[in-house]
Amino acid sequence: MGRVLVQVMPKPEILDPQGKAVAAALPRLGLTGFVDVRQGKRFELVVEGPVTPEVLAQARKAAEKLLANPVIEDVVAVVDADAADQAAHAGASA
Amino acid sequence: MKIGVVTFPGSLDDRDAARAVVRGGGEAVALWHADADLRGVDAVVLPGGFSYGDYLRAGAIASIAPVMGSVVEAARGGMPVLGICNGFQVLCEAGLLPGALVRNDVRTFVCRDQRLRVEDASTAWTSAFEAGQEIVIPLKNGEGGYNADQRTLDELEGEGRVVFRYLGGNPNGSQRDIAGVRDASGRIVGLMPHPEHATEPGYGPSEHGGGASGNGTDGLGFFTSVLQALASA
Repeated sequence: MGRVLVQVMPKPEILDPQGKAVAAALPRLGLTGFVDVRQGKRFELVVEGPVTPEVLAQARKAAEKLLANPVIEDVVAVVDADAADQAAHAGASA
Repeated sequence: MKIGVVTFPGSLDDRDAARAVVRGGGEAVALWHADADLRGVDAVVLPGGFSYGDYLRAGAIASIAPVMGSVVEAARGGMPVLGICNGFQVLCEAGLLPGALVRNDVRTFVCRDQRLRVEDASTAWTSAFEAGQEIVIPLKNGEGGYNADQRTLDELEGEGRVVFRYLGGNPNGSQRDIAGVRDASGRIVGLMPHPEHATEPGYGPSEHGGGASGNGTDGLGFFTSVLQALASA
């Protein structure tokens, strides 16, 4: 089964109180190097077969029509999740 | 006159809204989120609460419920619609009103008797008030920060479509102290504070002298206004 990864972030100009709360909590763990935190959402859309260009087009539609509200949020990624995760792992072990 | 009140899974204030309709002199008709039938109502109230558990975004999933297809169509045809709190969020998500509501900048749920200025008394839901009048009704939400881009805000201001503004300090980071807005026709109105909780002496706000009514019933005017609008239509 294929997975499409959709990532949504609050627009830069929109205040993100959740991110602010997380940022304020990090120093309690001694993690003082982070000057800001923004919190977004990751969706995984599962399909029966492989992630084809048609599947990605449908996922983009889902992202624009429901998963994100364009007034306050940006869709920052609509990609094949397995490919994205492999790339991330490769990056982490490099 | 029949005023429908929609119940979504997670609606909390539908019963109070129906009671407010009756106290205003209307007939309250219960509508169900999964049923597209509006049962011949003349107007609709989308009540407060946490429809669908506020999953995804407040009001997002409710905005595409079967009943909303009918509400959007009827609203575009001129039927008055009032969205209160979660109902306001639903109207914004459905595209009937501009903007969006985001988490309060104070990072806490806010519950208090809220002073408001009625900026526009020409709408189907505010004709019982005078422009500039101060009223007091309850405010209770976690995601009440009104946001829109600057161009939309300028348009709303220029066209006189800001219907209510917060007084005595901005409770949630809403841009330009906006508590409620309307569509171009003035028949669709949304606001975060709760007029339906201020329609009965002894059960409404007691702070600020009980508001303009003096007895905590400043919300009643919303529900008498719409009957007036329907009668004169």
